[in-house]
Amino acid sequence: MDAAQLGEWSRILVSGAMGAFIVAWFAYSAALLRRPERELVTAGHSELSGPPAESPEAGELSGRTTDDGRSPAERSAAIGLSVSVVATALLAAGVLTRALAIERVPWGNMHEFSITGSLVAAVVFLAFARTRLGQALAVWLVLTLVLVLGLAVTVLYVAPGPLVPALQSYWLVIHVGMAVVAFGLFTVSAVLSGLQIAAERAARKGRATSLPESGTLDRLAYRLIAVAFPIWTIGPLILGAVWAEVSWGRYWNWDPKETWALITWLAYAAYLHARATAGWKGTKASVISLVGYGTVLFSYFAVNMIFNGLHSYGGV
Amino acid sequence: MADRGSDTRPPALSAGELARWVWRQLTSMRVALMLLFLLALAAIPGSVIPQRRANPLDVADFIERNPELARWYDRFGLFDVFNAPWFAAIYIALMVSLVGCILPRSRDHWRAMRAQPPRAPRRLERMPAYRRIVVDAPPDVVLAAAHAELRQRRHRTNRADDSVAAEAGHLRETGNLVFHLSLVIVLLAVALGSLFGYRGTVIVQERTGFANTLTQYDSLSAGTMFDARNLPPFALELDEFVWEVHESGPQRGTPADFEARVRFVPEPGEVEERRSIRVNEPLEVDGTLIHILNPGYAPAVTVRDADGEILAEGPVTFLPMDDNFTSEGVRKVPVGSGADIGIEAIFFPTAAFEDGGATSVFAGARNPMLLFTAYAGDLGINDGTAQSVFRLDTSEMEQLMVDGEPFRAALAIGETIEMPGGHGTVTFDGYVKWVQLQISRNSGKELALGGALLAVAGLVASLYMRRRRVWVRADEDEAGRTVVEVAGLARSGGGDLDGQIGDIADGLIARLPAPAADPVVRQG
Repeated sequence: MDAAQLGEWSRILVSGAMGAFIVAWFAYSAALLRRPERELVTAGHSELSGPPAESPEAGELSGRTTDDGRSPAERSAAIGLSVSVVATALLAAGVLTRALAIERVPWGNMHEFSITGSLVAAVVFLAFARTRLGQALAVWLVLTLVLVLGLAVTVLYVAPGPLVPALQSYWLVIHVGMAVVAFGLFTVSAVLSGLQIAAERAARKGRATSLPESGTLDRLAYRLIAVAFPIWTIGPLILGAVWAEVSWGRYWNWDPKETWALITWLAYAAYLHARATAGWKGTKASVISLVGYGTVLFSYFAVNMIFNGLHSYGGV
Repeated sequence: MADRGSDTRPPALSAGELARWVWRQLTSMRVALMLLFLLALAAIPGSVIPQRRANPLDVADFIERNPELARWYDRFGLFDVFNAPWFAAIYIALMVSLVGCILPRSRDHWRAMRAQPPRAPRRLERMPAYRRIVVDAPPDVVLAAAHAELRQRRHRTNRADDSVAAEAGHLRETGNLVFHLSLVIVLLAVALGSLFGYRGTVIVQERTGFANTLTQYDSLSAGTMFDARNLPPFALELDEFVWEVHESGPQRGTPADFEARVRFVPEPGEVEERRSIRVNEPLEVDGTLIHILNPGYAPAVTVRDADGEILAEGPVTFLPMDDNFTSEGVRKVPVGSGADIGIEAIFFPTAAFEDGGATSVFAGARNPMLLFTAYAGDLGINDGTAQSVFRLDTSEMEQLMVDGEPFRAALAIGETIEMPGGHGTVTFDGYVKWVQLQISRNSGKELALGGALLAVAGLVASLYMRRRRVWVRADEDEAGRTVVEVAGLARSGGGDLDGQIGDIADGLIARLPAPAADPVVRQG
């Protein structure tokens, strides 16, 4: 099979993965709707002094059950998980055939970056899909994957082909590879921060919710950012500068991509300072985290597609 | 504004108090956070608006299209954001804030590191993590074991009569301080680089040479401390510029590979070496890097007068106008006494005729063609004003005409045409390729890299090291056995303090002489 055929197969597999994720999304949505409302937290409840939250199983068991002893919500969630596994396998096959078609690492352009990044996110998600947190995240994460893969096989799609000379370097593997990892971690942390804000609001208003506790979401988002931030510092910024010196003769050019990588870095530095040193917790910190993620998205989509800079070859 | 009539107004601040107040504000975390965001915001226009340093042509284009807006942009330095005073003001304020915050913290940390861990509090069972064990070994054996165990776990210890106090995780604050100080190092290195560094570009045609002196550069930007005498005195000769273009596939027409094959002389009098410069493989000499930037074509024409005497010959650098390298350029032929000839030409590496006009359809030279027109008159070369080598000044010249129409000719390689009015002939001999080389030195880059790596090390320590205090107390109970209490207090969030204290207790028991009876463990 030649490169073009493999490329077509990759596109079909990735489209199939997207279709499967859509099915998974419906299953997870159904699980969310069929879940009985639970009295989780009351207004004024604080992490330390309030009544203990009801255990996750209790709520589900109190609902209607079926023959096999599982509630409809549990059955829907189980379908969502199985379909997600299939979708992830299809996606992995799609990324692999793409890599075979181009005979290099599959992150040389936005299409490849998107499918590989989605695969990383999907695998990370599956690792903790059965936990309560995973179930809370599922709908949002799967929706995000559907959107990203949808973009990848349509507007971002390019047929497999060789790279421009400037990208034919092992630095691509390291520099962009670390950006993919950090991108995935920032994505998950942004979803967590968004859910944290929702959970905190619900708790304040005394509304019942199926979300994990606000403090748990806050802590987990912080931990992911604490992992992603050094990776962002090393991969996109420091190694980017090293490669820039090798490739362009100058380690910092104020190229739009570099500028936005720095803006992202500053935003997450502000998040870490706010949270660690100034002691901001909850919604205030989550808002900064979301602002940071906004800069990540901007530097990925907007900078590649709108601006004309040294990184232009990273474009569609 | 403040209500001046109010009696409750606080007394005016003296200059010293005001300075102290400003300093306290500047070094507060709130202001540091604001400055971080402000710097991020300030960088945005630099990525959205074209910048003089990066894209001077885009800036010129922008000014042409929006002259009114451009005037305002210029007033605020928006075409050169990263060198604008207001941008510098923000990062300098951030640096001052950072240093003002870090120095006192360094002093405190230095003291804390040399201070003894605080003695065990009286009621250890109130600590967040607590273990109580009863063992047979006498208290001082237990405390010696505790001391050894804590030492092995990299705690700083302070032994008292009935207890051992220990502290771990000072590296967290050390890392934090190292991270921030390293950022200062990086910024200083960058500043140093902009003082001493330089960057020049020069276009070199195949089979021509270049000697590294200022006069040879087409453009140069250098720091204020740059000294031209420090330029490494190398010379090179471009034998061949390999320029492969994808022939098929989705990337058809885009470059596949570039390689400049040069004969390189590091210093006058030294042996010539054959070297190659490629896109990610610059040539390095004495800290100076030679990169290839852009390729292009230099068509060669021979201009003869009516008698067949050669007036001009050899390749001339043309500038590419599109991705298929349709290139434009001029050939100036000074003859003197108002008989100069100027040729304005367009070169098509792979010419195709569409809708009556010619275009280039491929970046590689498959079907080279030169389309030109000519002028006669005074080139204006000798009046002393600087002229672009890419443009004709036709103010004193007249376009050659044929039957009332401007003279135009299209030549393939080897073809010759006679110009009207007895101005002689033009022959298109062929072309060579040229490459734009960049010669640059980034002073201070090693320092910047070292600072950046140190910053990451510090960052990781400050994010993942956990500060905690541990106490072990051993007392004899009425039955003559020893009650051992192990307690811990986390001084930074996260981490499994209880597990750590459990591990320390287990390690302690393992160090005791073989017990006569199983130790009794009770969790706190």
